[in-house]
Amino acid sequence: MVRQSFGDRVFDIVNHLLMLLLIAVTLYPFLHVLALSLNDPMDTIRGGITIWPRKFTLINYKETLNYQQIPWATVITILRTAIGTVTGAIASAVVAYVISRKDFLFRKLVTVMFVITMYVGGGLIPDYMLVRHLGLMNNFWVYILPGLISPFNVIVIRSYIDSSIPEELAESAMVDGANDLVIFWKIVLPLCVPVMAVICLFVAVGHWNSWFDTYLYCSGNPRLTTLQFELQKIMTTAATTSGIDYYSQLDPMRTIKVTPESLRMAMTIIVTLPILFVYPFVQKYFIHGLTIGAVKGS
Amino acid sequence: MSGASSDGYATAPSVPRKRSWLKLLSRQRYLIMMVVIFVVWVVIFRYVPLWGWLMAFQEYKPWKPITDQEWVGLKQFSELFRDRDFYRAMRNTLAMSFLGLAIGFPVPIVLALLINELKNQKFKRTVQTISYLPHFVSWVVIASIVFRILSPLGVVNHVLQSLGIIDNPIAFMGEPKYFWWIVVFSDLWKEMGWNSIVYLAAMAGVSPELYEAATIDGAGRFRKMWHITLPGIMPTIIVLLVLSIGNLINIGFERQFLLRTASTRDVADVIDLYILNYGLGTGRFSFGTAAGVFKSAVSLVLLTFANWLSKRTTGYKVI
Repeated sequence: MVRQSFGDRVFDIVNHLLMLLLIAVTLYPFLHVLALSLNDPMDTIRGGITIWPRKFTLINYKETLNYQQIPWATVITILRTAIGTVTGAIASAVVAYVISRKDFLFRKLVTVMFVITMYVGGGLIPDYMLVRHLGLMNNFWVYILPGLISPFNVIVIRSYIDSSIPEELAESAMVDGANDLVIFWKIVLPLCVPVMAVICLFVAVGHWNSWFDTYLYCSGNPRLTTLQFELQKIMTTAATTSGIDYYSQLDPMRTIKVTPESLRMAMTIIVTLPILFVYPFVQKYFIHGLTIGAVKGS
Repeated sequence: MSGASSDGYATAPSVPRKRSWLKLLSRQRYLIMMVVIFVVWVVIFRYVPLWGWLMAFQEYKPWKPITDQEWVGLKQFSELFRDRDFYRAMRNTLAMSFLGLAIGFPVPIVLALLINELKNQKFKRTVQTISYLPHFVSWVVIASIVFRILSPLGVVNHVLQSLGIIDNPIAFMGEPKYFWWIVVFSDLWKEMGWNSIVYLAAMAGVSPELYEAATIDGAGRFRKMWHITLPGIMPTIIVLLVLSIGNLINIGFERQFLLRTASTRDVADVIDLYILNYGLGTGRFSFGTAAGVFKSAVSLVLLTFANWLSKRTTGYKVI
């Protein structure tokens, strides 16, 4: 082992300091919001809260969870995330498996059909018109159907199948009399767990985080609202009005006991928390599942 | 391996082509059954909207069937190019995408280089885990946080005041001159960790022997980073740069939509928001579609250019 030079040691120290700074800059905003959401709303107005609540309370959460459409929005958000993830992940895996089969007659055609959609799309208005023509306006399935398959996910799964599942496996199963459906379900899919974990995370996070489809397609039906959309609504009211106006607009009957700011902070934490819970479990698959295509390509 | 693809023909050259094709077709009926529903899906949800582009050459009236619309040629486009708001939207789009490229592209590379130099695996993994985190948080949440942090009572004003840089708090979110920077830096904050993954993966592929040889030759950390790591990930850098250039106009609208306030609309309205406001907001479907078609055309030109650039510089096509 060569002794580290002076310059290298300085570099190490500076590098570690920079990384600590990065951690602080990344975590501080979340901890700050968390502290605000757990702090007494009237006390918050005085300012000076950093990352620790001064007057601890759970009232912000209690009020938020009962606020207007939040209970319903929670149900809808969980439903769309669950249904959307299962259908989306399976659909992507099916397409990926079929186009990974080198002997498949329409392999090229199907591949090209999906890949093209990565580069050209109808755009905002044609998509909107399609949804309207299909009768999906203010309909729960508008959350699931239009975004069912992402070609990017299909390609990631396909490169995983190509690189880690030997073709002989499918061939020998075929000799044993299994059909393609059985091979996919019983052999290929179980072997795809690492990549499917990552894809499920991507799809689930996408569903959980989306608000624009609610805004565009379902704002006419309060029973189809989602959590992110509710948070967005609270924010818009905050950005366009101020002070007393804002307060009365948000809560005309003056029934809530918390300030809009504290309500928004609690809401921000509520929609972020589930991601923080799922994230560590899937994180170990990231590098392996995600970069397999990239590493293979280089 | 590749022989499997032609099995159907190769094993039975004397059988008429058509019959063996039919046989293969029937043998693959399960594969076809599995995929056909998703092919129908892609046609309906991804190709049918392309037909909607025809609207850009019509004067679309929602109450008439799509086959019975009046054709107006390039009228929508000439109106588009005469609209001052359209140029404003173009300016905002290009400004934010170029700023985003200039700042958001190099930072993840530098970050990956620094993370790669961390020797303590545990610390390295902690840094990575934390830096990926904001990527998974929605823009609505990020916007909510940004509004809080940058408010006159927020932490940024607090820090600037206690350092004596400013005397009075600045209302960052209400000032048009800060808006582009806020969009670009909040995006950087959210995505830089995540965008460094690809480079870290590429660095893992650089041969350790190169580093050992350099160490024996007496090269320090910087020289190894500069002469080994960086050239090692250069192909990745070029591919990603090319893709970014191809996507310059596709910067989306989420950030701008969520971070804008009443006083920053002039600098916030990007091309997609313009389409949203004029196309859907005022019901001018044809006009909005024309703007969308124009955007797609520019995007296609950029993509082709980027692809050509990649072929010139690295010898292979990205697309």
